[in-house]
Amino acid sequence: MLIEAGHFALALALGLSVVQFLVPIWGARTNDATLMSVGPPAAIGVFALILFSFGVLSFAYATSDFSLANVVANSHSQKPFVYKLTGVWGNHEGSMLLWILILALFGALVAVARNAVPPKLRANTIAMQGLVTIAFLLFLLITSNPFERISPAPFEGQDLNPFLQDPGLAIHPPLLYIGYVGFSITFAFAMAALIEGKIDAVWARAVRPWTLTAWGFLTLGIAMGSYWAYYELGWGGWWFWDPVENASLMPWLAGTALIHSTVVMEKRDALKVWTILLAILTFSLSLLGTFLVRSGVLTSVHAFAVDPDRGLFILGILVFFIGGSLALFAWRAPMLKQGGIFAPVSREGALVLNNLFISTACATVFIGTLYPLALESLTGAKISVGAPFFNATFLPIAVPLLLLLPFGQVIAWKRGDVAGITSRLYVAAGLAILATVAVYAVTLGGPALAPLGIGLGVFLVLGAFNEVATRAWQSGSGGVALAAKRALGLPRSTWGTVLAHAGMGVTVVGVAATAWSVERIVSMNPGDVQTIAGYEARLEGVFPRTLHNYNEDVARFTLLDDGREVAQLETMKRIYPARGMSTTEAGLETFGFSQVYISFGEIQPDGSLGVRLYYKPWILLIWIGSVIMALGAALALTDRRYRVGAPVRAKGGPRGSGSSTRRPAATSAVPAE
Amino acid sequence: MTRKQRRLTLIGAAGATLAIALGLVLWAMSDTIVFFRAPSQVVSEGVAPGVRFRLGGLVEAGSVERHGDQVTTFAVGDGGGTVTVRYRGLLPDLFREGQGVVTEGRLDATGLFVADTVLARHDENYMPREVADALKENGLWQHDGPAVRPAAARDLPITTPTQ
Repeated sequence: MLIEAGHFALALALGLSVVQFLVPIWGARTNDATLMSVGPPAAIGVFALILFSFGVLSFAYATSDFSLANVVANSHSQKPFVYKLTGVWGNHEGSMLLWILILALFGALVAVARNAVPPKLRANTIAMQGLVTIAFLLFLLITSNPFERISPAPFEGQDLNPFLQDPGLAIHPPLLYIGYVGFSITFAFAMAALIEGKIDAVWARAVRPWTLTAWGFLTLGIAMGSYWAYYELGWGGWWFWDPVENASLMPWLAGTALIHSTVVMEKRDALKVWTILLAILTFSLSLLGTFLVRSGVLTSVHAFAVDPDRGLFILGILVFFIGGSLALFAWRAPMLKQGGIFAPVSREGALVLNNLFISTACATVFIGTLYPLALESLTGAKISVGAPFFNATFLPIAVPLLLLLPFGQVIAWKRGDVAGITSRLYVAAGLAILATVAVYAVTLGGPALAPLGIGLGVFLVLGAFNEVATRAWQSGSGGVALAAKRALGLPRSTWGTVLAHAGMGVTVVGVAATAWSVERIVSMNPGDVQTIAGYEARLEGVFPRTLHNYNEDVARFTLLDDGREVAQLETMKRIYPARGMSTTEAGLETFGFSQVYISFGEIQPDGSLGVRLYYKPWILLIWIGSVIMALGAALALTDRRYRVGAPVRAKGGPRGSGSSTRRPAATSAVPAE
Repeated sequence: MTRKQRRLTLIGAAGATLAIALGLVLWAMSDTIVFFRAPSQVVSEGVAPGVRFRLGGLVEAGSVERHGDQVTTFAVGDGGGTVTVRYRGLLPDLFREGQGVVTEGRLDATGLFVADTVLARHDENYMPREVADALKENGLWQHDGPAVRPAAARDLPITTPTQ
């Protein structure tokens, strides 16, 4: 009965989202405040209904209700409880429900948000979010009903894919979906602006918090997925340029460009048309990712068991939204008033360059991901486009972008001068070069390019903090204490920028350091000792163990440093009888930011073990940097001007903006970025 | 600068960036792309030694031999031909005789396929799509039941340090 109620709630939500779409948009058109005011409660209602439905499905999973086909296919009574719950979104139907839940959540958040959004813009935005919800609810109800019953109900489920029985499943998909789906609200705002034919700095300010939220979560989601792949797959890679990873990287890149272009729009009322286009493209890329994963065109652990109807349906949704939004864009964009002009060497110019580079980089990823699919469907030739392609196309675009980043951060609005910027960055650049030389000297004979990568990362981190330093110091004398006080008094959005850029630097250092990782593949018998990067690993023994819903062979190692025992670690080979599948669980030991990583392959007839030993120097920096980036987004979100409605006067306006980016009176009300 | 000049600067910069990117993409396309070939194709059409490609098919029953130092040789066939593969490294969890496999590497002068990557299957029913297609062509495909989920697992490269 409860199950049917959950199913029914979805149908109700579909009906209510039709209201959420039609009534506010009609109200905005006819200037009817009453009709427009229907939007927020409808959006909240849709969210509540979907939340209920999601709760029911979770309950069915928690209680192993095998009368549900979905639970049978993806759960097992012996599965640890936490994986029963996370298993809700470890399959196509359940994850689609989570997708829609987040979609509705963002609609409801816009409905309750207290920031000043003009009523018409809010009404249209909520309506557009309703339209997206309608499409996906239809998809769920027609092709992927999670509440389908099965009769007679079996006694036992078929278990979840063992690769998904991991804490990563609890974290990675929700974070990623909040990011992916979060861009729907930016899309809805863009559509609303086009419908209204009006776009200005107010729009940019209204959209920015949502873009930052989505971007921050997407950053975390991608990083978490990368770390999960790193420890779960047993061979130490952290990014594979797999089409599914690319599918999440593309919206991230477009979203990054969007965050930067809305700044220009907010501060300088320029780049309007481009920003709208970016907002459309970002969500389109999110939709594309959904299509790639759920249509069966890709081979991936992320690709769920698929039937062609679903792929076709999503393709329909994709064509409808991308085609519709681009058509609306083509029709309305020429009517938008063009914004101000600026010199090529200026903050605006730098941000344009940023957008240019990021979108180009995104385009190369797009081509590399879709070209094999297009080629196969056109000519039947099967090719694979892997890391070498992306290293040859993506990196040559990304590296100059990162090199220019610190310059962009210090350049003045409207008109900057090259000499001034360079003079402000020579300390950071000098230290970065010093770091490069030092790393090169220490690792002489090692990888030649990696020290440059480290130097680039250092430059990014120093360049990021350079902004704070110059703004705190240049505001006049007064010693370290006053400078520190001034630095802390800088707007939080400034600190957000600093953290995000520094986080990028930290990630770059981590990526560059992978060049020094060491890998050994050896045969070991119990008692054998092998060295890896200065550590000795002793195989203590292999023994079987039975836990929960799997059996495993455990290889226990002792890690020694100069003969002194520093750690015990276990690596496992698990067999999940319900599916007859096996997985490898790597043994990890962290030393600072570096890790020793051990996994094993087959046990040979003579009892020896094929073992992979890795030393991964500074590898954790890759993910720590991503977390710092997301923290930057979170910090920028707490900035005054997103919490309070109207543009607020910066604390002590003229005094606070001590950098050379002194703005004319009209814009000085907005704290510096 | 006038508005027009500024616009031209912007268009010029965008054009230059896109042109460079396009050049990189085309160059990388000709250089880094790896084709998939079935054993029957390799046997009948021949592939020059040293050309990197993906080889996929079934691991022939009884062909897996272990040579110590983690070196394994096995035969990959699809009904229309067989190619012997040599691989040094740990084989993926679901590598078994009679099952589908995709490997990546080069032929040496003697016609031995030296693989540096064996793509792992991560589902007991998974058959790499390329392999499934090749098998269908040779009439060896017998799995057309609902249990086969050609898209349910991910190709994961298992690489050796030589890469």
